[in-house]
Amino acid sequence: MAARLQRAAFRSQMRIPARGPAHAAFFEHGSVMVNSAIDMTGNPGRRQSERTLWAKLQGNRNWLGFWYMLPAIGILVLFLAYPLFLGVWLSFTDTKIGRAGEFIGFENYEWLWDDSVFWVSVFNTLLYTIVASAAKFGIGLYLALLLNKRLPFKALIRALVLIPFIVPTVLSAIAFWWIYDSQFSILSWSLRKLGWISANIDFLGDPWNARWSTIFANVWRGVPFIAITLLAGLQTVSPSLYEAATLDGATPWQRFRHITYPLLTPIIAVVMTFSVLFTFTDFQLIWALTRGGPVNATHLMATLSYQRAIIAGQLGEGAAISTAMIPFLLAAIGIAWYGLQTRKWQQGGSND
Amino acid sequence: MNFDRRSLIKGGAALGLGASTNLLDYAKAWAQASPFKAEPNAKINLMRWKRFVEAEDVEFMKLVAAFEAATGAKITVTNESYDDLQPKASVVANTGQGLDLVWGLYSLPHLFPQKCLDLTDVSKYLGEKHGGWFPSAEAYGKLGNKWIGIPIAASGGLMNYRISSMEKAGFKEFPKDHAGFLELCKALKANNTPAGFAFGHASGDANTWLHWLLWSHGGYLVDKNDKVIINSPETAKALEYAKALYPTFIPGTASWNDSSNNKAFVAGDLHLTANGISIYVTAKKDNPAVAADMNHAYLPVGPVGKPTELHLPFTMLAFQFTKVPNACKAFIAFMLDAPQYNPWIGAAQGYLSHFLGEYDANPVWTADPKTTPYRDVAKRTLTPAGLGTLGEKAASAIADFIVVDMFANYATGREDLKGAIAGAERQAKRIYR
Repeated sequence: MAARLQRAAFRSQMRIPARGPAHAAFFEHGSVMVNSAIDMTGNPGRRQSERTLWAKLQGNRNWLGFWYMLPAIGILVLFLAYPLFLGVWLSFTDTKIGRAGEFIGFENYEWLWDDSVFWVSVFNTLLYTIVASAAKFGIGLYLALLLNKRLPFKALIRALVLIPFIVPTVLSAIAFWWIYDSQFSILSWSLRKLGWISANIDFLGDPWNARWSTIFANVWRGVPFIAITLLAGLQTVSPSLYEAATLDGATPWQRFRHITYPLLTPIIAVVMTFSVLFTFTDFQLIWALTRGGPVNATHLMATLSYQRAIIAGQLGEGAAISTAMIPFLLAAIGIAWYGLQTRKWQQGGSND
Repeated sequence: MNFDRRSLIKGGAALGLGASTNLLDYAKAWAQASPFKAEPNAKINLMRWKRFVEAEDVEFMKLVAAFEAATGAKITVTNESYDDLQPKASVVANTGQGLDLVWGLYSLPHLFPQKCLDLTDVSKYLGEKHGGWFPSAEAYGKLGNKWIGIPIAASGGLMNYRISSMEKAGFKEFPKDHAGFLELCKALKANNTPAGFAFGHASGDANTWLHWLLWSHGGYLVDKNDKVIINSPETAKALEYAKALYPTFIPGTASWNDSSNNKAFVAGDLHLTANGISIYVTAKKDNPAVAADMNHAYLPVGPVGKPTELHLPFTMLAFQFTKVPNACKAFIAFMLDAPQYNPWIGAAQGYLSHFLGEYDANPVWTADPKTTPYRDVAKRTLTPAGLGTLGEKAASAIADFIVVDMFANYATGREDLKGAIAGAERQAKRIYR
């Protein structure tokens, strides 16, 4: 009802510049008529002066939509498209900080192709993203299922789960930095006092230790986001489905596999897309914990890009590294999004 | 009190020679007499490195307040850690707004020389008035004939050692050559009182000691024509030496940042490292037993037979796009004027070493003999460019940790000798093309 009223009001507004039944007709019947309306007025329009063309643009209902979209387009271009294209453009130049560069084609990319540190960062980024995302999903889903059960102090526990997500990344990274400190680590200290180890664990000084340590910190931080979102999804599942399944004698696993999981898939798709994107582009945690060390063993593409572009001043090369992230990101989005959606259709779920 | 211009100038001249009792009155007089006149109601945004010695910062802020009162200028000071300062300055240089003065590390002005205000007149004025600049000051401040930055002070990266541990390891005094130094590190390790030097991306500590290690063996990144010569037998020797040292160090040095060795030394876990005097200053307050048992020494002289140290100069630059260039110049001149500078470096307790001849006489260098080695830091330092010219390229090379990564790559066993050198050579050639 409200929608119809709105449409009527819109139409009455549109009537002011409207000149004939043809216009009213195209508006009523949608886009098929749009082209013909343009054709009809287009030919005589060419002979008219610019002023009347402008007047027509102002009045034309086709263009009206465009005018309404213009502010949004402006914001998107200014804050999304422009920085993105500037970044891609910089990657084809030898720009340095404080000095404009010249176009050098693919040289930055050729240089990176032979750069072992760059490939280490690609490997690290993939390892970091895959392992951390999988762990976050597993733990997050488990927590969500647990929190969906009848627990004492449910609200309080749910709030507590959110804490790692609320703490600013840099703060939690600094806390982890102390936990992982090579001399003053509380973990090393406790284990030493228990007599389980004789020397401190070199958490961030050994390449593989450092990788697992940063992944652990990322998982710790990322789990609440996934757990709470999935919990919200779980609560939309109608209890009557579970009741029916229980009556049919379904085991808990069957109930999860055939009710919870299919109904949760759309949310999983969204949440995992975001999770993969955030993990892939993570910067703060690594920068605060290791700065890409030891000996570049934990550099992600984002941190390496920052190191080369801002710290060392090679803006062009840094831009090339971040541009190289785009294909990976698109692939990640593709897998997370389409992969999960298709499965949903295959199982015959409706599209609501 | 009713000052007129003339009496202020006279007063300023008189006070300039003697000790001033009131910093504010003196500052007013100074502002009248100074050749650099701050614009009326100038607003200066200044970014500096975050202090390691609290008293130094307190004294610095006093100096800022005095300058504000005397000139009517308003100075907003922001503090950034060593690692964050350079990227922020770079962004400001690129966008052309946000800061007027930056007090940064190493060769910061050389990273974007065309964005730096010409400070030749300030340096000339200061040099003539305060006993002349040390040669390293010219290397750091000048590009061609133009001064693009004023080296305010340097922080020395010298040996910090525990006296008792060294003696237990069989050394009466700190070794002066490489063989002795390696022996000492091995013995310290055996006694479970280990040494530790940063192999991580620690802008200050890792760069200073590893450049010393490279240069003391005769290896250099580039020659005097800025040609890359890192691939040399001397570099290989330096790497082998580092590889021999690394296992004697306390674990974790590959992940160290600039504060790691300070924490460990003050806590008593670390018995030898290279650092500024900040460990000693902190230990005096937090752990007097460690302070009493520690001392400082120059870095050993390597096979090349002469000192090859790299210290950490703090150079101040003004951006060429500042709206208040004269206020910036006036402030720099004011900082380095004796009545301000002397108490300031006194408060820094040895953390800041001067580049101007007059300040050799500052009592801070003789009151406590343990600070004396830091007096000569600015005289002994080379520049991060080594043999080459200090400029954008050298600044880029040190900011990208080329030398540090080369040593770390080999010492930790991530790459073999050839691979570590080749990696550094490849990166250096790209910067120096």
